[in-house]
Amino acid sequence: MAEVKLFGNWGSPFSGRIEFALKLKGVEYEFIDEDIYNYKSPLLLKYNPVHKKIPVLVHNGKPICESLVILEYIDETWEKGPSLLPKDPYERALVRFWTKFLDEKCVPTLWKTCWSIGEEQEKAKEESTELLKILEGTLSDKKFFGGDSIGMVDIVANFISYWFIILQELAGLQVLTKEKFPKLGAWIDDYLNCNIIKENLPPKDKLTAYFRARFEAAAAAAK
Amino acid sequence: MAEELKLFRTWSSPFALRIVHALKIKGLEYETIFEDLSNKSDSLLQYNPIHKKVPVLVHNGKPICESLVILEYVDETWKQCPLLPRDPYEKAKARFWAKFGDDKLFSSIWNVFTTQGKEQEEPIAAAVQNLKPIEELLKEKKFFGGETIGYLDIAFGWTANIISILEEIMNLNLVDEEKFPLLSAWMQNFSNDPVIKECWPPRDKMIVKFQVMREKYLKAVVSQ
Repeated sequence: MAEVKLFGNWGSPFSGRIEFALKLKGVEYEFIDEDIYNYKSPLLLKYNPVHKKIPVLVHNGKPICESLVILEYIDETWEKGPSLLPKDPYERALVRFWTKFLDEKCVPTLWKTCWSIGEEQEKAKEESTELLKILEGTLSDKKFFGGDSIGMVDIVANFISYWFIILQELAGLQVLTKEKFPKLGAWIDDYLNCNIIKENLPPKDKLTAYFRARFEAAAAAAK
Repeated sequence: MAEELKLFRTWSSPFALRIVHALKIKGLEYETIFEDLSNKSDSLLQYNPIHKKVPVLVHNGKPICESLVILEYVDETWKQCPLLPRDPYEKAKARFWAKFGDDKLFSSIWNVFTTQGKEQEEPIAAAVQNLKPIEELLKEKKFFGGETIGYLDIAFGWTANIISILEEIMNLNLVDEEKFPLLSAWMQNFSNDPVIKECWPPRDKMIVKFQVMREKYLKAVVSQ
């Protein structure tokens, strides 16, 4: 019998991606919530000795690490249910390009924008705005990055739809607004309205409280 | 319909070399456009407006960017001589290690290359640490792909191409034959493979190029 375990964290957008994908495919799994900022469990270190990070998917005892790698593994292993990637090789190449772009450029820059201060923050804000303009352009007249329905790019962009919105508000910023980015704004509404997504997001108040505590700790440490 | 395949590359880029190897293995005809990165062509900027980098593969007018993305595209479009394993778990492992090579290993080797003296000690230790799991991967295998060159060999090709050049310039032995016997043997086997050897950039030219680069980096550090 197939045994699927997901090592993640209740608040992480990265393990969140995997949960969405598994739920979309209708795969039963056991979620192991790791308190990654304070402690890395022996099992996590065993399954991901190289990066010591979540998410890790363990399928019949075999670990798969790195969320983009896991998402493709899920799509290839559970072929029934909605596809995360299109079938056409060129369309697949575009998905891989954009997910890489999101993970390597967008997410780190948006994250940095919220956590940095002064000149560093100004620079990060400018970079974030340029990156968001590119994403706005990519959406063009599509409802989702995946077209009419959610695909892997939408799932990987999850950070922008929810976590970043909470963070930018806590940081007193207005980098991503509906006025500046109408298409992204509409995408966020449509994305968060999808049942699979909506039902599996970490609770807003819990996440806000968690980030607020981290902001306060960072501010205290800076003094 | 005749296929139109163009590859934008530079003579030295190890990432572009990945695509050269893949296209060769698949037996594909294509046109090469050599770019001067200090004076990028309009075509390159049109085909890769976001990163403005090489390699870019253009297939029937449609551009694909990012070398690992291009590798998968080539493998999925032309089914002869498969590069990636069939099994999803083996595929996942190959993708994981290719990413590790690009993200962690490359930057740790680069950190060694752009430092010297006392400042180089920590980067050297980190690079050696990152080389260890790669050595492990080669247990009982000639190539990362098994008996023949595959996706992961091509993805790690830069190590066989660049590391010995950097070592010569720095007079430093990172991939020690004693500490890394399997990796050392793999580098030899990979570089000597007829398909790979044919496309290797000239070593003396590479040495000059990287020597100049190292001097620039070290000067920049001193002037800070």
